[in-house]
Amino acid sequence: MAKRDLISIEDLSREQVELLLDTAESFLPVLQRDIKKVPTLRGRTIVNLFWEASTRTSSSFDLAAKRLSADTIALKASGSAVEKGETLKDTAITLSAYGPDIIVMRHPSAGACQVLSANTEASVINAGDGKHQHPTQCLLDLFALRQTFGRDLGGMKVAIVGDILHSRVARSDIMGFQLLGMDVTLVGPPTLIPRGIDQMGVRVEHDIARLRDADVIYLLRIQKERISEGANFLPSLREYSRLYGMTRARLRPGQRVMHPGPINRGVEIGPDIADDDENLIALQVFSGLAVRMAILYRTVVGYSDAGSEEVL
Amino acid sequence: MDRTWHKPLPAADLLLRGGRVVDPRSGIDAVQDVLVKRGRIAETGAAITAPKGAREVDVTGMLVLPGFVDLHAHLRAPGREDEEDVASGTLAAAAGGYVRVFAMANTDPAIDTAAGLRGMADVARAEAVVPLGFYGAVTRGLKGEQLTEMAELAEAGAVAFSDDGRPLATAVLVRRALQYAKITGRVVAVHGQDDSLFAGGQMHEGPVSARLGLAGIPSLCESLDVARALDMAAYEAAPLHVHHVSAAASLEALSRAKSTGLKVTAEATPHHLTMTDEAVVSLDSNVKMNPPLREEDDRQALVKALKSGLVDCVATDHAPHAPMSKDVPFEEAAFGTTGLETAFAVLYTDLVKRRALDLGTLVTRMSQAPAAIAGGEPPAIRPGALADLCVVDPRATWTVTVEGFKSKSANSAFLGRRLTGRVKLTVAAGRVAWEDDA
Repeated sequence: MAKRDLISIEDLSREQVELLLDTAESFLPVLQRDIKKVPTLRGRTIVNLFWEASTRTSSSFDLAAKRLSADTIALKASGSAVEKGETLKDTAITLSAYGPDIIVMRHPSAGACQVLSANTEASVINAGDGKHQHPTQCLLDLFALRQTFGRDLGGMKVAIVGDILHSRVARSDIMGFQLLGMDVTLVGPPTLIPRGIDQMGVRVEHDIARLRDADVIYLLRIQKERISEGANFLPSLREYSRLYGMTRARLRPGQRVMHPGPINRGVEIGPDIADDDENLIALQVFSGLAVRMAILYRTVVGYSDAGSEEVL
Repeated sequence: MDRTWHKPLPAADLLLRGGRVVDPRSGIDAVQDVLVKRGRIAETGAAITAPKGAREVDVTGMLVLPGFVDLHAHLRAPGREDEEDVASGTLAAAAGGYVRVFAMANTDPAIDTAAGLRGMADVARAEAVVPLGFYGAVTRGLKGEQLTEMAELAEAGAVAFSDDGRPLATAVLVRRALQYAKITGRVVAVHGQDDSLFAGGQMHEGPVSARLGLAGIPSLCESLDVARALDMAAYEAAPLHVHHVSAAASLEALSRAKSTGLKVTAEATPHHLTMTDEAVVSLDSNVKMNPPLREEDDRQALVKALKSGLVDCVATDHAPHAPMSKDVPFEEAAFGTTGLETAFAVLYTDLVKRRALDLGTLVTRMSQAPAAIAGGEPPAIRPGALADLCVVDPRATWTVTVEGFKSKSANSAFLGRRLTGRVKLTVAAGRVAWEDDA
């Protein structure tokens, strides 16, 4: 049987996305019990390979695997053979000797998952590769949206605001949101909107005042290196904040705010929004656990409906 | 004076029986026998009798073509003989139907002194199965700072001057190189690239790079630098050769320059003529090259320019890389694809068979046009000429595989492609350099 990788949102059909979200929902009761563990993946081995800093993604994958009773190995670039110059191919071959079922990987370079997958029998789950894709973030975003707005997200309008050029989250979200029938607008300074992105079927705006019709405002983190000398993507964080920082005053009543984290308080998101309980940011983090349990589970057992009953 | 060197192989005595001889320069496209005696073409015509000692080869149904000339190959010697060396690189060339190859100077160390070039000429005399010539570097160590001793390099046999792999970063450097070239009589060739726009780029900038999240290399990165070099060549009235044109915008600048009578020539690679940035969706590092694969509009403009002669010739930009440089994530991989062994079959399959280009024009652009730019005798299939020819089976189909290469490296953008047209025999400088045993 061919192994199942999840490298890009494009690897999934709409039906598979819906099934993953349903599966995640079925895990919610487990997470509310006193004993938050099921034996579903007992005896399975999952490797978490994080070659780039991560808090949310690595901890939720780790906890998701443990909730499903899988055995886990966690590796980081620092302190591992990577620091000694081992190539990704050799790391893949080494880890494969343990016979893992799944390798979850975050890597600074696009194309890393393809190299890993070519050198292991394990299924590869992309936890973020360069600026390319972050499919599990997209799935948890969809889950959080479903928890908030109901199962049918078709026709909803989402505006993604900020550094689209350098954002793997934006690319996965555009694809995933569109897959479920949502309408996507991108907003940001022209220096941070990649040329040709309009061909993905999105509207592009440079003025944040033009987002009144959006149901959801999805803010992206602005990284400090974008203002470094020579790069010149932005003159200053202050200027960005003045033009694109989201504050309560700029929000239309009823608009909900999302953010993949970690947030830059006072840059892309005002404290008044960061601290209120209208935003969906905490729900996103919570969704990450259930969704990643579902992804691990479906990666092992497959995407046919049969079998989902025995989960609990 | 010699600008190419090769190892002494026995001169060929061959009768090629019944092939279709296509030699556009002589206006020949006919079924003829070709007799090669002591390395020279002795006779062409019908029903030639094989003289004693001549080997008769039945080439019925095959093409007999002037051998190909590559103005742009990276043979990695000296310095990276694990990736390619003179023996393997010229054998790969022969297997692709090439009878003359010119190697770039961006080796380690760079070919930036006459002594270095003479050393490589000695290696070629010992190892090269087809005549091999060398570019001299424009600047010492390709650092873009100080000019090399171009006059002495030219005396040692440098065919032309190029810092290929790196752009000439400042306008004044382009100017000085062009001025100095008037002493050497050799062409200066440029790798068009504005480094400030390149800035860590991974692929062509456009809808595909936007979708993949890979840093883009805009077409302007090439066309601005090409336009600047062309303007400078016009100002100095100096000849200029433009390496591996990839963007339609560069062709516009080239067309303007040529229309003013400027002595400017240009090359295009088989991959830019047949592939687009859509191939990068696979994130296969073998399709990562510089200049990058561009959009379909660029590709079509390039094919049209090759047809019209605006682009004078095909050049492979054969760039062998060790597995360690390519078996890594796309963003960490080296730029470049090999090309010597696939060039003709790729262009025959994708352009000639699809009627985008006729066979005679392809032969001109691969053989006689690049030979003229290098200042050598263009290969010709006529009595008296040194035998520089190849025999191609136009019906043979084959699949590009890692195992199938004579090159030491297998980083081909065409791996897995099913191609039509197989080089069966190559005679270079009167010597049998390649014979396909398959």
